[in-house]
Amino acid sequence: MALSVEPGVNKLLIEGVSRTFAGVRGGQPVKALMPIDLGVAANDFITILGPSGCGKSTLLRIVAGLEAPSEGRVLLDGRAVTRPGPDRGMVFQSYTLFPWLTVAQNIAFGLRERGMPEKDRGEVVASYVDLVGLKGFENHWPKQLSGGMQQRTAIARALANDPEILLLDEPFGALDNQTRGLMQELLLGIWERRKKTVLFVTHDIEEAIFMASRVIVMTARPGQIKSDVAIDLPHPRHYTLKTSPEFSALKARLTEDIRVEAMRTAQGQTA
Amino acid sequence: MRPLHPVSPGIRTVLGISFFVLFVAFWAWITLGGHVNRIFLADPLSMLRDGWRLLVEDRFWLDVLITIWRVFGGFLLASVVAVPLGIAMGAWKPVEAFLEPFVSFARYLPASAFIPLLILWAGIGELEKLLVIFVGSVFQIVLIIAVKVGGTRRDLVEAAYTLGSTNNGIVNRVIMPANAPEIAETLRLVLGWAWTYVIVAELIGSSSGIGYMIINSQSRLATGQIIFGIIVIGLIGLLSDFAFKAFNRWLFPWSLA
Repeated sequence: MALSVEPGVNKLLIEGVSRTFAGVRGGQPVKALMPIDLGVAANDFITILGPSGCGKSTLLRIVAGLEAPSEGRVLLDGRAVTRPGPDRGMVFQSYTLFPWLTVAQNIAFGLRERGMPEKDRGEVVASYVDLVGLKGFENHWPKQLSGGMQQRTAIARALANDPEILLLDEPFGALDNQTRGLMQELLLGIWERRKKTVLFVTHDIEEAIFMASRVIVMTARPGQIKSDVAIDLPHPRHYTLKTSPEFSALKARLTEDIRVEAMRTAQGQTA
Repeated sequence: MRPLHPVSPGIRTVLGISFFVLFVAFWAWITLGGHVNRIFLADPLSMLRDGWRLLVEDRFWLDVLITIWRVFGGFLLASVVAVPLGIAMGAWKPVEAFLEPFVSFARYLPASAFIPLLILWAGIGELEKLLVIFVGSVFQIVLIIAVKVGGTRRDLVEAAYTLGSTNNGIVNRVIMPANAPEIAETLRLVLGWAWTYVIVAELIGSSSGIGYMIINSQSRLATGQIIFGIIVIGLIGLLSDFAFKAFNRWLFPWSLA
Protein backbone atom coordinates (compact mmCIF):
# COMPACT_ATOMS: atom_id res chain seq x y z
CA MET A 1 0.00 0.00 0.00
CA ALA A 2 1.35 3.38 -0.97
CA LEU A 3 1.39 5.79 1.91
CA SER A 4 2.70 9.32 2.00
CA VAL A 5 5.86 9.10 4.02
CA GLU A 6 7.71 12.20 2.89
CA PRO A 7 9.40 13.93 5.80
CA GLY A 8 8.38 17.50 6.42
CA VAL A 9 4.76 16.87 5.63
CA ASN A 10 4.32 14.48 8.49
CA LYS A 11 4.34 15.28 12.17
CA LEU A 12 4.85 11.64 12.99
CA LEU A 13 6.51 9.13 10.73
CA ILE A 14 6.49 5.39 11.33
CA GLU A 15 9.07 3.74 9.06
CA GLY A 16 9.10 -0.03 8.65
CA VAL A 17 8.35 -0.62 12.30
CA SER A 18 7.91 -4.27 13.23
CA ARG A 19 7.95 -6.17 16.49
CA THR A 20 8.79 -9.79 17.19
CA PHE A 21 8.53 -11.24 20.66
CA ALA A 22 11.07 -13.88 21.69
CA GLY A 23 9.61 -17.36 21.99
CA VAL A 24 8.54 -18.50 25.42
CA ARG A 25 10.55 -21.46 26.77
CA GLY A 26 12.33 -22.26 23.56
CA GLY A 27 9.18 -21.82 21.46
CA GLN A 28 8.96 -20.05 18.13
CA PRO A 29 9.36 -16.26 18.21
CA VAL A 30 5.98 -14.54 17.88
CA LYS A 31 5.60 -11.91 15.20
CA ALA A 32 3.26 -9.29 16.64
CA LEU A 33 3.67 -6.58 14.03
CA MET A 34 4.60 -6.79 10.36
CA PRO A 35 6.67 -3.85 9.14
CA ILE A 36 4.41 -0.81 9.21
CA ASP A 37 4.74 2.50 7.39
CA LEU A 38 2.52 5.34 8.46
CA GLY A 39 2.71 9.09 8.21
CA VAL A 40 0.59 11.30 10.42
CA ALA A 41 -0.04 14.92 9.46
CA ALA A 42 0.01 17.62 12.11
CA ASN A 43 -3.29 18.10 13.93
CA ASP A 44 -4.76 14.93 12.44
CA PHE A 45 -6.91 12.70 14.59
CA ILE A 46 -6.00 9.15 13.63
CA THR A 47 -7.72 6.11 15.05
CA ILE A 48 -6.11 2.71 14.77
CA LEU A 49 -8.81 0.06 14.57
CA GLY A 50 -8.10 -3.63 14.91
CA PRO A 51 -9.23 -6.87 16.52
CA SER A 52 -7.80 -7.62 19.95
CA GLY A 53 -4.27 -8.99 19.87
CA CYS A 54 -3.47 -7.46 16.48
CA GLY A 55 -0.55 -5.46 17.84
CA LYS A 56 -2.18 -2.03 17.69
CA SER A 57 -1.30 -1.33 21.32
CA THR A 58 2.24 -2.53 20.67
CA LEU A 59 2.50 -0.05 17.81
CA LEU A 60 1.30 2.76 20.07
CA ARG A 61 3.73 1.75 22.81
CA ILE A 62 6.57 1.83 20.27
CA VAL A 63 5.57 5.38 19.30
CA ALA A 64 5.50 6.27 23.00
CA GLY A 65 8.99 4.83 23.37
CA LEU A 66 7.84 2.34 26.01
CA GLU A 67 8.85 -0.54 23.73
CA ALA A 68 11.58 -0.74 21.12
CA PRO A 69 10.75 -1.84 17.58
CA SER A 70 12.50 -4.98 16.31
CA GLU A 71 13.07 -3.17 13.03
CA GLY A 72 12.38 0.29 11.70
CA ARG A 73 12.10 3.60 13.47
CA VAL A 74 9.67 6.26 14.58
CA LEU A 75 10.30 9.94 13.85
CA LEU A 76 8.52 12.78 15.61
CA ASP A 77 9.20 16.13 13.97
CA GLY A 78 12.13 14.43 12.24
CA ARG A 79 13.74 13.24 15.47
CA ALA A 80 14.02 9.52 16.15
CA VAL A 81 12.13 8.18 19.15
CA THR A 82 14.39 6.21 21.50
CA ARG A 83 12.69 6.51 24.86
CA PRO A 84 9.48 7.81 26.39
CA GLY A 85 9.29 11.56 26.80
CA PRO A 86 6.95 14.43 27.56
CA ASP A 87 6.58 15.30 23.86
CA ARG A 88 4.39 12.19 23.50
CA GLY A 89 1.62 12.28 26.09
CA MET A 90 -0.15 9.00 26.72
CA VAL A 91 -3.46 7.92 28.15
CA PHE A 92 -3.69 4.23 29.09
CA GLN A 93 -6.64 1.89 29.20
CA SER A 94 -5.95 1.02 32.83
CA TYR A 95 -6.43 3.76 35.39
CA THR A 96 -2.95 5.17 35.85
CA LEU A 97 -3.55 8.23 37.98
CA PHE A 98 -1.07 8.37 40.84
CA PRO A 99 -3.22 7.34 43.79
CA TRP A 100 -1.19 9.37 46.29
CA LEU A 101 -1.78 12.61 44.42
CA THR A 102 -5.00 14.60 44.20
CA VAL A 103 -6.63 15.39 40.86
CA ALA A 104 -4.86 18.76 40.73
CA GLN A 105 -1.49 17.25 41.71
CA ASN A 106 -1.90 14.52 39.10
CA ILE A 107 -2.53 17.08 36.38
CA ALA A 108 0.49 19.07 37.60
CA PHE A 109 2.77 16.00 37.64
CA GLY A 110 4.44 16.58 34.28
CA LEU A 111 4.85 20.30 34.95
CA ARG A 112 6.55 19.49 38.22
CA GLU A 113 8.86 16.96 36.57
CA ARG A 114 9.78 19.70 34.13
CA GLY A 115 10.70 21.97 37.04
CA MET A 116 7.92 24.51 36.67
CA PRO A 117 7.59 26.50 39.94
CA GLU A 118 4.54 25.70 42.01
CA LYS A 119 2.91 29.10 41.63
CA ASP A 120 2.96 28.83 37.83
CA ARG A 121 1.52 25.32 37.89
CA GLY A 122 -1.70 26.43 39.57
CA GLU A 123 -2.91 28.43 36.61
CA VAL A 124 -2.20 25.70 34.05
CA VAL A 125 -3.83 23.07 36.23
CA ALA A 126 -6.94 25.21 36.73
CA SER A 127 -7.39 25.65 32.99
CA TYR A 128 -7.15 21.89 32.34
CA VAL A 129 -9.41 21.04 35.26
CA ASP A 130 -11.91 23.33 33.62
CA LEU A 131 -11.32 21.84 30.17
CA VAL A 132 -12.26 18.32 31.28
CA GLY A 133 -15.08 19.52 33.51
CA LEU A 134 -13.66 18.53 36.88
CA LYS A 135 -14.12 21.82 38.71
CA GLY A 136 -14.78 21.14 42.38
CA PHE A 137 -12.88 17.82 42.30
CA GLU A 138 -9.35 19.28 42.35
CA ASN A 139 -8.63 17.97 45.83
CA HIS A 140 -10.16 14.52 45.46
CA TRP A 141 -8.05 11.39 45.52
CA PRO A 142 -8.30 9.19 42.40
CA LYS A 143 -10.03 6.48 44.48
CA GLN A 144 -12.91 8.84 45.10
CA LEU A 145 -13.56 9.33 41.38
CA SER A 146 -15.61 7.29 38.90
CA GLY A 147 -13.81 5.60 36.00
CA GLY A 148 -14.88 8.32 33.58
CA MET A 149 -13.63 11.06 35.86
CA GLN A 150 -10.32 9.25 36.30
CA GLN A 151 -9.83 9.05 32.55
CA ARG A 152 -10.78 12.72 32.18
CA THR A 153 -8.08 13.53 34.71
CA ALA A 154 -5.65 11.31 32.82
CA ILE A 155 -6.41 13.20 29.59
CA ALA A 156 -5.93 16.53 31.38
CA ARG A 157 -2.68 15.26 32.86
CA ALA A 158 -1.34 14.31 29.44
CA LEU A 159 -2.54 17.57 27.80
CA ALA A 160 -1.21 19.83 30.58
CA ASN A 161 2.27 18.85 29.45
CA ASP A 162 1.42 20.32 26.03
CA PRO A 163 2.78 17.28 24.12
CA GLU A 164 3.47 17.32 20.39
CA ILE A 165 1.24 14.28 19.99
CA LEU A 166 -1.36 12.64 22.19
CA LEU A 167 -1.39 8.84 22.28
CA LEU A 168 -4.46 7.06 23.60
CA ASP A 169 -4.56 3.30 24.14
CA GLU A 170 -8.24 2.29 24.32
CA PRO A 171 -8.74 5.00 26.93
CA PHE A 172 -12.49 4.41 27.23
CA GLY A 173 -12.33 0.62 26.97
CA ALA A 174 -13.14 0.02 30.62
CA LEU A 175 -16.06 2.47 30.76
CA ASP A 176 -19.75 1.72 30.40
CA ASN A 177 -21.42 2.59 27.10
CA GLN A 178 -23.07 5.85 28.15
CA THR A 179 -19.94 7.22 29.81
CA ARG A 180 -17.92 6.13 26.83
CA GLY A 181 -20.16 8.15 24.48
CA LEU A 182 -19.84 11.25 26.66
CA MET A 183 -16.08 10.85 26.86
CA GLN A 184 -15.82 10.61 23.08
CA GLU A 185 -17.67 13.90 22.71
CA LEU A 186 -15.55 15.52 25.40
CA LEU A 187 -12.26 14.47 23.81
CA LEU A 188 -13.43 15.38 20.32
CA GLY A 189 -14.62 18.76 21.58
CA ILE A 190 -11.19 19.44 23.06
CA TRP A 191 -9.52 18.42 19.81
CA GLU A 192 -11.84 20.60 17.73
CA ARG A 193 -10.99 23.62 19.85
CA ARG A 194 -7.31 23.07 20.56
CA LYS A 195 -6.04 21.09 17.55
CA LYS A 196 -3.56 18.44 18.51
CA THR A 197 -2.04 15.50 16.69
CA VAL A 198 -3.76 12.44 18.09
CA LEU A 199 -3.18 8.70 17.72
CA PHE A 200 -6.09 6.78 19.22
CA VAL A 201 -6.16 2.99 19.44
CA THR A 202 -9.52 1.24 19.72
CA HIS A 203 -11.35 -1.94 18.79
CA ASP A 204 -14.71 -0.15 18.68
CA ILE A 205 -15.73 0.63 15.10
CA GLU A 206 -18.19 3.39 15.96
CA GLU A 207 -15.65 5.07 18.19
CA ALA A 208 -13.00 4.82 15.50
CA ILE A 209 -15.19 6.56 12.92
CA PHE A 210 -16.74 9.15 15.22
CA MET A 211 -13.45 10.44 16.55
CA ALA A 212 -11.21 10.28 13.52
CA SER A 213 -10.22 12.29 10.54
CA ARG A 214 -8.60 9.06 9.34
CA VAL A 215 -9.08 5.43 10.37
CA ILE A 216 -6.25 2.91 10.02
CA VAL A 217 -7.62 -0.64 10.01
CA MET A 218 -5.20 -3.35 11.08
CA THR A 219 -5.24 -7.03 10.25
CA ALA A 220 -5.21 -9.89 12.75
CA ARG A 221 -1.82 -10.85 14.21
CA PRO A 222 0.76 -10.37 12.92
CA GLY A 223 -0.69 -6.90 12.50
CA GLN A 224 -0.30 -4.85 9.39
CA ILE A 225 -2.27 -2.02 7.82
CA LYS A 226 -5.26 -3.38 5.98
CA SER A 227 -6.92 -0.14 4.94
CA ASP A 228 -6.57 3.58 5.42
CA VAL A 229 -9.91 5.36 5.38
CA ALA A 230 -10.34 9.13 5.38
CA ILE A 231 -13.35 10.26 7.40
CA ASP A 232 -14.69 13.42 5.83
CA LEU A 233 -17.58 13.95 8.19
CA PRO A 234 -18.00 17.60 9.14
CA HIS A 235 -16.93 19.15 12.44
CA PRO A 236 -18.06 19.92 15.06
CA ARG A 237 -19.49 16.44 15.38
CA HIS A 238 -22.53 15.76 17.48
CA TYR A 239 -23.47 12.33 18.81
CA THR A 240 -26.50 12.29 16.45
CA LEU A 241 -23.96 11.90 13.65
CA LYS A 242 -23.70 8.25 14.64
CA THR A 243 -27.17 7.62 13.16
CA SER A 244 -26.60 9.51 9.88
CA PRO A 245 -26.52 7.60 6.54
CA GLU A 246 -22.89 8.64 5.82
CA PHE A 247 -21.81 7.32 9.18
CA SER A 248 -23.71 4.08 8.63
CA ALA A 249 -22.08 3.58 5.24
CA LEU A 250 -18.60 3.99 6.75
CA LYS A 251 -19.54 1.71 9.57
CA ALA A 252 -20.77 -0.97 7.17
CA ARG A 253 -17.53 -0.81 5.22
CA LEU A 254 -15.25 -0.96 8.25
CA THR A 255 -17.37 -3.64 9.88
CA GLU A 256 -16.78 -5.81 6.81
CA ASP A 257 -13.03 -5.10 6.94
CA ILE A 258 -12.66 -5.84 10.61
CA ARG A 259 -15.01 -8.83 10.66
CA VAL A 260 -12.76 -10.83 8.38
CA GLU A 261 -9.83 -10.10 10.70
CA ALA A 262 -11.78 -10.88 13.86
CA MET A 263 -12.74 -14.23 12.34
CA ARG A 264 -9.12 -14.95 11.52
CA THR A 265 -8.21 -14.15 15.12
CA ALA A 266 -10.97 -16.39 16.47
CA GLN A 267 -9.90 -19.27 14.20
CA GLY A 268 -6.31 -18.75 15.24
CA GLN A 269 -7.31 -19.10 18.86
CA THR A 270 -9.30 -22.29 18.36
CA ALA A 271 -6.67 -23.90 16.13
CA MET B 1 -23.02 -19.79 58.97
CA ARG B 2 -22.61 -18.27 55.52
CA PRO B 3 -18.90 -18.25 54.53
CA LEU B 4 -17.26 -14.81 54.13
CA HIS B 5 -20.40 -13.06 55.35
CA PRO B 6 -19.37 -9.99 57.41
CA VAL B 7 -20.43 -9.47 61.04
CA SER B 8 -21.69 -6.18 62.45
CA PRO B 9 -19.16 -4.06 64.42
CA GLY B 10 -21.15 -4.52 67.63
CA ILE B 11 -21.14 -8.30 67.43
CA ARG B 12 -17.48 -8.23 66.46
CA THR B 13 -16.57 -6.32 69.63
CA VAL B 14 -18.70 -8.55 71.86
CA LEU B 15 -17.18 -11.71 70.36
CA GLY B 16 -13.65 -10.34 70.65
CA ILE B 17 -14.04 -9.42 74.29
CA SER B 18 -15.85 -12.62 75.21
CA PHE B 19 -12.86 -14.73 74.30
CA PHE B 20 -10.71 -12.76 76.73
CA VAL B 21 -13.36 -13.29 79.41
CA LEU B 22 -13.51 -17.01 78.69
CA PHE B 23 -9.76 -17.27 78.72
CA VAL B 24 -9.39 -15.56 82.09
CA ALA B 25 -12.34 -17.52 83.48
CA PHE B 26 -10.68 -20.80 82.48
CA TRP B 27 -7.42 -19.63 84.01
CA ALA B 28 -9.19 -18.66 87.25
CA TRP B 29 -11.04 -21.98 87.34
CA ILE B 30 -7.94 -24.18 87.01
CA THR B 31 -5.90 -22.10 89.47
CA LEU B 32 -8.41 -20.95 92.10
CA GLY B 33 -10.24 -24.26 91.83
CA GLY B 34 -7.05 -26.06 92.78
CA HIS B 35 -6.73 -28.04 89.53
CA VAL B 36 -3.05 -27.11 89.08
CA ASN B 37 -0.25 -26.63 91.55
CA ARG B 38 0.13 -22.99 92.71
CA ILE B 39 3.89 -23.29 92.38
CA PHE B 40 3.67 -23.65 88.62
CA LEU B 41 0.84 -21.30 87.81
CA ALA B 42 -0.34 -18.28 89.76
CA ASP B 43 -4.02 -17.38 89.74
CA PRO B 44 -5.24 -14.12 88.14
CA LEU B 45 -5.70 -12.36 91.48
CA SER B 46 -2.23 -13.04 92.80
CA MET B 47 -0.88 -12.14 89.37
CA LEU B 48 -2.47 -8.70 89.74
CA ARG B 49 -1.24 -8.43 93.33
CA ASP B 50 2.30 -9.37 92.28
CA GLY B 51 2.11 -6.93 89.41
CA TRP B 52 1.01 -4.13 91.68
CA ARG B 53 3.84 -4.86 94.09
CA LEU B 54 6.30 -4.94 91.18
CA LEU B 55 5.20 -1.52 89.99
CA VAL B 56 4.99 0.14 93.39
CA GLU B 57 7.83 -1.45 95.34
CA ASP B 58 10.28 -2.76 92.75
CA ARG B 59 10.01 0.14 90.35
CA PHE B 60 9.19 -2.26 87.53
CA TRP B 61 8.11 0.62 85.31
CA LEU B 62 11.80 1.49 84.95
CA ASP B 63 12.35 -1.96 83.44
CA VAL B 64 9.41 -1.39 81.15
CA LEU B 65 10.84 1.92 79.98
CA ILE B 66 14.26 0.37 79.39
CA THR B 67 12.74 -2.43 77.33
CA ILE B 68 10.68 0.02 75.28
CA TRP B 69 13.78 2.09 74.59
CA ARG B 70 15.69 -1.02 73.47
CA VAL B 71 12.94 -2.12 71.12
CA PHE B 72 12.54 1.26 69.52
CA GLY B 73 16.27 1.99 69.50
CA GLY B 74 17.17 -1.29 67.82
CA PHE B 75 14.19 -1.10 65.53
CA LEU B 76 15.01 2.46 64.48
CA LEU B 77 18.61 1.46 63.80
CA ALA B 78 17.44 -1.46 61.65
CA SER B 79 14.91 0.72 59.78
CA VAL B 80 17.44 3.42 58.98
CA VAL B 81 19.68 0.83 57.34
CA ALA B 82 17.06 -1.50 55.88
CA VAL B 83 14.53 0.87 54.30
CA PRO B 84 16.94 2.60 51.88
CA LEU B 85 18.60 -0.72 51.14
CA GLY B 86 15.26 -2.42 50.46
CA ILE B 87 14.17 0.39 48.17
CA ALA B 88 17.49 0.27 46.32
CA MET B 89 17.21 -3.50 45.86
CA GLY B 90 13.63 -3.26 44.64
CA ALA B 91 14.31 -0.40 42.26
CA TRP B 92 17.65 -1.39 40.76
CA LYS B 93 17.95 -5.00 39.68
CA PRO B 94 21.79 -5.18 39.76
CA VAL B 95 21.69 -4.12 43.43
CA GLU B 96 19.13 -6.84 44.02
CA ALA B 97 21.23 -9.44 42.20
CA PHE B 98 24.20 -8.40 44.32
CA LEU B 99 22.54 -8.46 47.76
CA GLU B 100 19.45 -10.65 47.55
CA PRO B 101 21.16 -14.05 47.91
CA PHE B 102 23.08 -12.94 50.99
CA VAL B 103 20.13 -11.24 52.64
CA SER B 104 17.93 -14.28 51.99
CA PHE B 105 20.54 -16.42 53.69
CA ALA B 106 21.08 -14.00 56.57
CA ARG B 107 17.36 -13.81 57.21
CA TYR B 108 17.39 -17.40 58.46
CA LEU B 109 20.19 -16.78 60.93
CA PRO B 110 18.40 -16.78 64.28
CA ALA B 111 18.95 -13.51 66.13
CA SER B 112 19.05 -15.35 69.46
CA ALA B 113 21.99 -17.47 68.29
CA PHE B 114 23.94 -14.27 67.77
CA ILE B 115 23.61 -13.25 71.39
CA PRO B 116 26.78 -15.03 72.63
CA LEU B 117 28.75 -13.51 69.79
CA LEU B 118 27.28 -10.07 70.29
CA ILE B 119 28.10 -10.25 74.00
CA LEU B 120 31.71 -11.04 73.07
CA TRP B 121 31.83 -8.07 70.74
CA ALA B 122 29.72 -5.50 72.51
CA GLY B 123 29.59 -6.65 76.12
CA ILE B 124 26.32 -6.95 78.00
CA GLY B 125 25.43 -3.25 77.82
CA GLU B 126 22.77 -1.47 75.84
CA LEU B 127 24.62 -1.75 72.55
CA GLU B 128 24.40 -5.55 72.65
CA LYS B 129 20.61 -5.42 73.23
CA LEU B 130 20.16 -2.99 70.35
CA LEU B 131 22.29 -5.18 68.10
CA VAL B 132 20.20 -8.28 68.82
CA ILE B 133 17.08 -6.45 67.68
CA PHE B 134 18.97 -4.98 64.77
CA VAL B 135 20.16 -8.39 63.56
CA GLY B 136 16.71 -9.84 64.04
CA SER B 137 14.90 -7.11 62.12
CA VAL B 138 17.19 -5.69 59.47
CA PHE B 139 17.22 -8.56 56.99
CA GLN B 140 13.49 -9.11 57.27
CA ILE B 141 12.76 -5.45 56.54
CA VAL B 142 15.16 -5.35 53.60
CA LEU B 143 13.65 -8.39 51.93
CA ILE B 144 9.99 -7.50 52.39
CA ILE B 145 10.52 -3.93 51.18
CA ALA B 146 12.58 -5.10 48.20
CA VAL B 147 9.72 -7.38 47.13
CA LYS B 148 7.08 -4.66 47.62
CA VAL B 149 9.12 -2.08 45.71
CA GLY B 150 9.87 -4.61 42.97
CA GLY B 151 6.13 -5.04 42.56
CA THR B 152 5.51 -1.34 41.90
CA ARG B 153 2.71 -0.95 39.35
CA ARG B 154 4.46 -0.82 35.99
CA ASP B 155 1.71 1.21 34.38
CA LEU B 156 2.30 4.01 36.89
CA VAL B 157 6.01 3.96 36.09
CA GLU B 158 5.25 4.04 32.37
CA ALA B 159 2.76 6.87 32.82
CA ALA B 160 5.40 8.88 34.69
CA TYR B 161 7.94 8.28 31.91
CA THR B 162 5.49 9.58 29.30
CA LEU B 163 5.03 12.66 31.49
CA GLY B 164 8.76 13.37 31.37
CA SER B 165 10.11 11.73 34.52
CA THR B 166 13.81 10.93 34.63
CA ASN B 167 15.08 7.71 36.20
CA ASN B 168 15.64 9.53 39.49
CA GLY B 169 12.23 11.13 39.20
CA ILE B 170 10.70 7.64 38.89
CA VAL B 171 12.40 6.47 42.07
CA ASN B 172 11.71 9.62 44.11
CA ARG B 173 8.27 10.57 42.91
CA VAL B 174 6.70 7.27 41.85
CA ILE B 175 8.35 4.27 43.47
CA MET B 176 8.76 5.82 46.92
CA PRO B 177 5.32 7.40 47.35
CA ALA B 178 3.61 4.42 45.71
CA ASN B 179 5.15 2.04 48.23
CA ALA B 180 5.23 4.29 51.29
CA PRO B 181 2.10 2.79 52.89
CA GLU B 182 3.37 -0.75 52.29
CA ILE B 183 6.74 0.16 53.76
CA ALA B 184 5.09 1.65 56.85
CA GLU B 185 2.94 -1.48 57.13
CA THR B 186 6.07 -3.65 56.91
CA LEU B 187 7.72 -1.67 59.69
CA ARG B 188 4.63 -2.12 61.85
CA LEU B 189 4.77 -5.87 61.31
CA VAL B 190 8.48 -6.18 62.05
CA LEU B 191 8.16 -3.98 65.14
CA GLY B 192 5.95 -6.74 66.52
CA TRP B 193 8.71 -9.28 65.94
CA ALA B 194 11.26 -6.95 67.57
CA TRP B 195 9.32 -7.37 70.82
CA THR B 196 10.17 -11.06 70.88
CA TYR B 197 13.87 -10.42 70.19
CA VAL B 198 14.18 -7.90 73.02
CA ILE B 199 12.91 -10.35 75.61
CA VAL B 200 15.33 -13.02 74.40
CA ALA B 201 18.14 -10.47 74.61
CA GLU B 202 17.12 -9.57 78.15
CA LEU B 203 16.90 -13.18 79.28
CA ILE B 204 20.64 -13.56 78.73
CA GLY B 205 23.29 -11.42 80.38
CA SER B 206 21.04 -8.61 81.47
CA SER B 207 20.38 -6.73 84.69
CA SER B 208 17.35 -4.72 83.67
CA GLY B 209 14.28 -4.85 81.49
CA ILE B 210 11.10 -6.92 81.39
CA GLY B 211 12.96 -10.02 80.24
CA TYR B 212 15.38 -9.70 83.12
CA MET B 213 12.49 -9.44 85.58
CA ILE B 214 10.95 -12.57 84.06
CA ILE B 215 14.10 -14.70 84.28
CA ASN B 216 14.70 -13.34 87.78
CA SER B 217 11.19 -14.32 88.84
CA GLN B 218 11.69 -17.82 87.52
CA SER B 219 14.43 -18.52 90.06
CA ARG B 220 12.03 -17.43 92.80
CA LEU B 221 9.10 -19.39 91.34
CA ALA B 222 7.18 -16.11 91.17
CA THR B 223 4.86 -17.21 88.34
CA GLY B 224 2.51 -14.31 89.06
CA GLN B 225 5.26 -11.86 88.20
CA ILE B 226 6.23 -13.80 85.08
CA ILE B 227 2.67 -13.75 83.78
CA PHE B 228 2.33 -10.08 84.67
CA GLY B 229 5.51 -9.36 82.70
CA ILE B 230 4.23 -11.29 79.70
CA ILE B 231 0.91 -9.45 79.80
CA VAL B 232 2.69 -6.09 80.02
CA ILE B 233 4.67 -6.97 76.89
CA GLY B 234 1.48 -7.96 75.13
CA LEU B 235 -0.24 -4.73 76.12
CA ILE B 236 2.64 -2.51 75.05
CA GLY B 237 2.87 -4.41 71.77
CA LEU B 238 -0.84 -3.95 71.17
CA LEU B 239 -0.65 -0.27 72.07
CA SER B 240 2.32 0.46 69.81
CA ASP B 241 0.58 -1.44 67.03
CA PHE B 242 -2.56 0.67 67.39
CA ALA B 243 -0.49 3.85 67.47
CA PHE B 244 1.47 2.76 64.41
CA LYS B 245 -1.72 1.90 62.53
CA ALA B 246 -3.32 5.23 63.38
CA PHE B 247 -0.14 7.04 62.37
CA ASN B 248 -0.07 5.24 59.01
CA ARG B 249 -3.70 6.07 58.39
CA TRP B 250 -3.03 9.71 59.15
CA LEU B 251 0.09 9.70 56.97
CA PHE B 252 -1.49 8.01 53.93
CA PRO B 253 -5.12 9.07 53.69
CA TRP B 254 -5.11 8.39 49.94
CA SER B 255 -4.57 4.66 50.34
CA LEU B 256 -7.80 4.30 52.34
CA ALA B 257 -9.98 7.02 50.87
